[in-house]
Parts: sequence; C-alpha cells; structure tokens
Amino acid sequence: MTPLELTLVEMQQQLKSRSLSATELVEASYKRIAATEPQIQAFLTLNESQALDDARALDELLAQGGEVAPLAGIPVGVKDNIVTDGLRTTCASRFLDNFIPVYDATVSRKLKEAGMITIGKLNMDEFAMGGSNENSAYQVTRNPWDLDRVPGGSSGGSAAAVAAGQVPFALGSDTGGSIRQPAAYCGVVGLKPTYGLVSRFGLVAFASSLDQIGPFARTVEDTALALQVIAGHDTMDSTSANVDIPNYVSALQGDVKGLRIGVPKEYMGAGVDPKVKEAVMAALRVYESLGAQWEEVSLPHTEYAVAAYYLLASSEASSNLARFDGVRYGVRAADPDNLLDLYVQSRSQGFGQEVKRRIMLGTYALSSGYYDAFYLKAQKVRTLIKKDFDDAFSRYDLLIAPTAPTTAFKIGEQVNNPLQMYMNDILTIPVSLAGVPAISVPCGLADGLPVGLQIIGKPFDEATVLKAAHAFEQHTEHHKLRPQL
Amino acid sequence: MPSTKYETVIGLEVHVELHTKSKIFCGCSTAFGAPANTHTCPICLGHPGVLPVLNRQAVEYAMKAAMALNCEISPISDFDRKNYFYPDSPKAYQISQNTRPIGLNGWIDIEVDGVTKRIRINRLHMEEDAGKLTHIDGGFGSLVDLNRCGTPLVEIVSEADLRSPEEAKAYLEKMKAIMQYCDVSDVKMEEGSLRCDANISLRPYGQAEFGTKAELKNMNSFRGVLRGLEYEEERQADILDEGGQVVQETRRWDEAQGRTLTMRSKEEAHDYRYFPDPDLVTLIVEPEWKERVRASIPELPDARKARYAAEYGLSHYDAEVITSSIKIADLFEQSLTYTTDAKAVANWIMGDLLGYLNQNGKEIEEVALTGEGLGAMIGLIEKGTISNKIAKTVFKEMVESGKSPQTIVEEQGLVQISDEGAIKAIVEKIVAANPQSVEDFRAGKEKAIGFLVGQVMRETKGKANPTVVNELLAAVLKQA
Repeated sequence: MTPLELTLVEMQQQLKSRSLSATELVEASYKRIAATEPQIQAFLTLNESQALDDARALDELLAQGGEVAPLAGIPVGVKDNIVTDGLRTTCASRFLDNFIPVYDATVSRKLKEAGMITIGKLNMDEFAMGGSNENSAYQVTRNPWDLDRVPGGSSGGSAAAVAAGQVPFALGSDTGGSIRQPAAYCGVVGLKPTYGLVSRFGLVAFASSLDQIGPFARTVEDTALALQVIAGHDTMDSTSANVDIPNYVSALQGDVKGLRIGVPKEYMGAGVDPKVKEAVMAALRVYESLGAQWEEVSLPHTEYAVAAYYLLASSEASSNLARFDGVRYGVRAADPDNLLDLYVQSRSQGFGQEVKRRIMLGTYALSSGYYDAFYLKAQKVRTLIKKDFDDAFSRYDLLIAPTAPTTAFKIGEQVNNPLQMYMNDILTIPVSLAGVPAISVPCGLADGLPVGLQIIGKPFDEATVLKAAHAFEQHTEHHKLRPQL
Repeated sequence: MPSTKYETVIGLEVHVELHTKSKIFCGCSTAFGAPANTHTCPICLGHPGVLPVLNRQAVEYAMKAAMALNCEISPISDFDRKNYFYPDSPKAYQISQNTRPIGLNGWIDIEVDGVTKRIRINRLHMEEDAGKLTHIDGGFGSLVDLNRCGTPLVEIVSEADLRSPEEAKAYLEKMKAIMQYCDVSDVKMEEGSLRCDANISLRPYGQAEFGTKAELKNMNSFRGVLRGLEYEEERQADILDEGGQVVQETRRWDEAQGRTLTMRSKEEAHDYRYFPDPDLVTLIVEPEWKERVRASIPELPDARKARYAAEYGLSHYDAEVITSSIKIADLFEQSLTYTTDAKAVANWIMGDLLGYLNQNGKEIEEVALTGEGLGAMIGLIEKGTISNKIAKTVFKEMVESGKSPQTIVEEQGLVQISDEGAIKAIVEKIVAANPQSVEDFRAGKEKAIGFLVGQVMRETKGKANPTVVNELLAAVLKQA
C-alpha cells in the first residue's frame, strides 16, 4: 500500500515514530503523479527537486532528534492562484505564463511553517472563472471517476489531485462554489471557510469580497487539521477577521444529537437531479438516526443570487484584473504601436474568452449610468440574501443541501452555453454571498459519479460544520469509495 | 486686466501629500528624492495577490488637516477604487474616497486687499498618490518611477467661492500655512507635496448660474496659479466678447509659453467606474479618537495673527505677514524670549530677513538665524553696543553663519564707540578740516551737518554712536 492512502493524522504519527520518512512520502506523491497525470492532468507546475530537498532535510533533522513542526513532511498541492515565492504561479492564464512571484502568500508561508511540502501548483479555470476547468489556458483536468467528465471548478485541479491520490491535501479557493462544487464532483471533502477566516494575502484576486482559500482532503478530520494550519488573523489582510481559532480537530468529537438542521426548499427544487436529491435525503435520514432534527426552511431570495453574484463578482474582477496590463510582469504583446495598443494587445492575447466576458460584464455594470441599476442593485440583493441566512440561523444550527444540482458533466457539454454553466453554482453562490462557511462531503454515488452533501454553518462556526460532517462520515462509508484509475 | 463685464468664478482642488514615514497602504518609505523604484514593494507595485492595509498615521494627519480647515469628521467613511489605465498606477486603479470622504463642509478665511472673505470647503478626502513618469524625447518611451506611488494624499475641494486669481492665490497660501502649522505636510509646490487644479468660469455680473468652466491643470507654483488663472480669465472673456461659447474641457497651463492649452475635451473625460474597494473595511472614527487628534492641532495662523496684534501691538499687516509661515512666526516668538521689543523684532523680520530670503531665493529653514540671535542683537542695539547700521552687517552674518551677535561683534571689532572724549577729538578734527561746511551750516544750511556726521562716521568706520556724534557736533559748532 502506498503511504499516500494514510490519513494526515496517520502520516503525522508514522513520521513522528519514524516508521515513515518524509522522503518516502514525497517520492510516493511524485510516483503517483507520474502514473496518473497523463490521464488526470491536475498539475501545471511541479516543484520536484525543491520538494525532495526539503523532505531530505527534514528527515535528516528527524534523524538527529530535532524538533519539527506538527505537519512536517506532509505533501500538499496548491491551487495556481495562490502565490508561492520563487515557484511559477500562472492562475492558469497565458498572461502569467512566465510569472515567478517574489513573495509568499500568507497561506504559503503557513504551510512552510507547518513543515508541509509543496508538491506543485494545481490547474484551475483561468483566474478562477469557471466551474469545469475547461477555462484553463493550459489543460482540462479530468475527473478521476470518469475521464470524459470535468472535475468541476474552478479548483478542479485541487479536487482531482486529492481524488486521484496524488496528494493527501490541497488548497483551493472558493468565490461562488469553486471549492465545494469540484469537491462534490470528485468525491472528496472541500471546505469554504467563513469570509475572513483565512487570509487572502497572496491569493490572486478574482472577486475580493467573496474569495476564500480552503482545504481539500479525503476525510473531515484531515480537513479540520488542514484548516487549523491556514486559519487565523493576518495583519496583511484588512478583511481578515480577528477571531479566536478553536481546535478544529478536538471539536469533531461532540455528537450531533439535538442539532437543528434546516433544509432550504429552494435548494431541492426542480433543477436538482432526483438522484442527487435522493442521496441528500438519505443523508438527512442518517442525521435523524443520530438524533438531529431537520425541517424545511425557505431562503426566499435564492432565485436572485446567481444574477447578483455574476454582477458583483464580475464588477470586482474587472477592476482586480486591470493590473494585468503587460507593463510590469506577465506577458507583454510584441511591438505595440503605442501605450494603448500595448494594453489592448497584451490583454487581448493574454486573457481567455471567459475572463474577457466577465471583465466586459463587470465594466458595464460599473459604468456611469448603469451602476445603480446593476452594481448597486446587486449589492442590495446580496444584503437580502445575507438576511435570509441570518433569519434561518436564528432557528437552525446548520443548513443542509446538495452541493451541486447534478453530478459531473461531460467535457465540452456546456462550453457553448455559459448561462447553463453559471447555473451549476446555484446552490453554492448564495452561501458565498452570505459569507458563511460550508463544507461538501461525499454522500454517495449517482450512476457511478459522486454526489456532494453541502453543510452550511453560522459565521465562524466551522467547528459545528466539521463536527456534523465528521459524524456523518463516521456513520457512512461514502468517503472510502475510490475512483478506479 | 479683470473684465468689468464678467464675474470670475473659481473653485480649487488642492492635493496635499501627508508626510507620514511610510506609504498609505504598505510599509515603504515616502522619502523624497531616492533613486527610482527603490522605495517599492510587491504591494505598491501592484503585484498579483497583494492587499492594502491602511496607515493609521495617515488617517490621523487627514483628520488633523480636516479639522484645521473647520471640516466635520465623518464618523463613517470608506475607500473606493477609481479605475483607469496608466503606467503611473500599477493596480490600474487609485484607492480614493468618493462617496463618503473623511472630511466635509469646512471653510477658511482669506484676506485680499484688506478684506476678509470666507471660502467654503466642500470636502477633504484621502487617497494614494500615483508614480512619476518621465517621457523621453523622440518617442523612445517613458520611464516609470513608482517611489511616490502610494504616498498618502488629501484632496481638498473648495466650493466655487473664489472670485479672482488673487483670491485663489490667497486661498492656496492660506491652505499652505494651515497645513504647515498642523505639521502634516511639507507643502512644497516644487516637490509636488502641494498641488493645485482649478475650475474657472466667467458669467456676466448679476447672472445667478455659472458659466461653462474649464478645468486647469499643471500649475506648479503660486505664480503659475496666478498667471494661469489670469490667462484663462482673459481667454474666456475674449470668447464671450466675441459672442462665442466656452468649451467645457481640461486645459494645461504651459509655463514656458505663458498660456493654457487643451488637454482633453468633455467627451474624452474618463468614466472612472468608482466602486467601494472590497479589500478595505469601513473606517470608523470614534469621538474619543477624533478629540485626541483635535487636541494635537496647534494655534492656527488666524489665531496667532489676532494674538500678535493684541499682545504685541503689531499692525494687522505685520501680523499677517509674520503668521503666514509657522517658521517665521516661531522665530518671532522665540526672539521675544530674548528681547521685549516686539516691534523691533517684527521690523527686522519684515525688512531684512524677508528681503534676504527674497533676494537669495531661499526658504526660512535654509538660513541659520535663530530667535536667540535676533533677540540678543536687538539687546545690543538697545544697550548701545552696536548701532542700527552696524546691526545690519551683524544680521546678515547671523543669517549666513548662525553665529551669535556677540561673537560677530567681537570677531569683527564692531563695538560702537560711545566714549565722548574719543568722539570729541574726531569731531573737532573733522570740523577743522571742513571750514566750508561749517560756514554753510552757520549760513543756515542745516544739511551741512549731515555731511559732517557722515565724515565722522567714515573716520570711525561707522562705529561711532550716532547720537553722541550728533550731540557733540552740535556743541562744537555752537562754540566755534
């Protein structure tokens, strides 16, 4: 058995007892990548020689009886919109094909401080815009459960790499569902923390008011352990919350008896695949059997969420992506006629279709004469959606819903229909607009493809979300299913 | 010449760089004059992934400036993005305050031709400065220096209350003085820490609505502001006189050509697509914080002016000139620790000091004169140790070397001769040598005595006490 099948907790123990070396673990990771990457295509950049150097140094330190950080030696994959000092970071865009960051994101620094070893940078939709990884300028990552299907997105590389057993843990980012939806499609655990729990410093911004970094892992316990590493206040991020960080792993131990669960009826409507619905209903029965109570609840403004999201996220993106002008970094168009031409050519050549579409949409929504009707109106909708959640959380501890309306779709199936593509995020977007935490955990298969169960919590109550997810996992076998590769 | 037909209406937008140690959203130094791009980091260079964190000191300086300009401080204000592409702005947006600025509804009083007038201030908001571009002749390209990028600024927008270029200049000078008193900025127009754009329009006297305005940029000195506005006043009057219409546009003052030129028309105006910056949180100013900052505002020019008139009996004009710069006002007050003759201090400052600065194109902080020196020198005059005339030499030396007046007097042997015996001998010698002048004097030509005094002073190299010389000369002439 490959040591990559171990959980993070088991790896930690074996590394500590020295029955497993960091070098063995890291080598196993690259071996698995070599074997599966031709099909999966999850990585954009590998960090092999540096990672092996780091692993050997760590083993030496351990051999000398030296003190190491708690997660020292554990391999991790990082989504390619999180900057890593000295390691190419492209955001899966041609624009940043040659971009080597000169600083570490706060989470990159925290991974290093925890002793974790960065294996490489993971594929995504360009600048995190998309839900299938088909918007990557480099490659389409495949779903390990069915190579003809998408892994979801935008953190599709992260989800697929964990599902394929290439790395035990990966970081992704979620703006409207970009962690939860690929986690659901690939049958792994993915957590979007509360907005502000994890520092965004060094996360290449798509929509600053929505972006959150979060972990992917195979079990809830591993997810909790990973969250522990990256959560916490950061003075480099003004939107980072100064809240006490609990011990997420020990918080898993409580039971779910008496938990009050709301099930938003708008999330179980006509657009949701009956087989997905059935898997969620089965999960609710598990909670019932564990002593939790659930009932239907209404989040009345749900139907406006997708429209509001695409206006707000695109507006912010149109401004966030303006810095990619070809002047200081990234790819500059050859032989521009003048300054304007330098901008126009560099951006025309550097950005893909979907990125351009959203920049145009956002620019329009912020334009004088349209701002009130689009941007401002969308902000008001966001306030109402947030209020829907506030109201629900005055009565319930958690909300439970499907993560996505369907299982993973086929590559190419939706590329010519962006609106249909946008609707895949209908169950994750409202949660992002409200800024609350949510996890996706595997809750079974529909026609051989994983279904994700979304558990949504109160702001900064990741502990309850993780506890409920863990209880479900303890009483089901879904998380043990592996794709045949 | 101001037109007799049209009333000029001017509003000013003044940018003041706050002299914090570090930039407004990162830790880079704001020091002026460093080699290009050495005061930069991934944050002010707009690298992917970076985030801004607001400099608390910049907020306090902005609050201090706003309160000194009699603005209300908004308990809640926030930051917006002003989006535009230009290489001096690496993020392609400037972080500014659009909808909810920190300061609102202020005013300052200005004085032109002895008349005091209140100019209302619409708002004061915080923002970050842009980098600096140097365009290379011949189309080779442009050099970008981002050292200045991210330096904190406040923009102060007046109401359209100014009615002449002179009023505009007076407003700007008052603004400079207040910022200097508050110690929030270096306010040097030549270094760009004080900048000014103007909106100017004309309307027939008696008309209520404003005429079409032009926005005037690139006035890089007080004189430039005055000349640019005067030129624009005349240009618009000529258009109106010919029955034409002023075009709404942005114009650039060309100092070398002495005229304003079209920069961009209204149609070419940017749509900045302002929206709240999601990377920054709402700025909340609690009353205690505001009051703590308010307490740090020193006595401002108007208050000092009134006090100097009341306490020291200075004329309105003298008090105005002395308080127009805090450095000069401070020198005035320091001098009064060493002498009680405020009038004399004021006269030395107004005459010899300002004259010297003017002649040599220097600022007060560039000269070595101290209040202690000036006060002591006036003391030497009072004691009769030196004459007023000698004092002029001593003063110049103090300004240039910073030496004490006593040292200068000793080193150069400038002590006044008041010894009657010594002077009498010289007076008698001069009288004997100039019989013609003596005769003229006796014949009633009073002026002749002046010539004789001059001769005595020449003989003593100016060191003879003039009072004693006059007395002795009168006595000797009477006797003879």
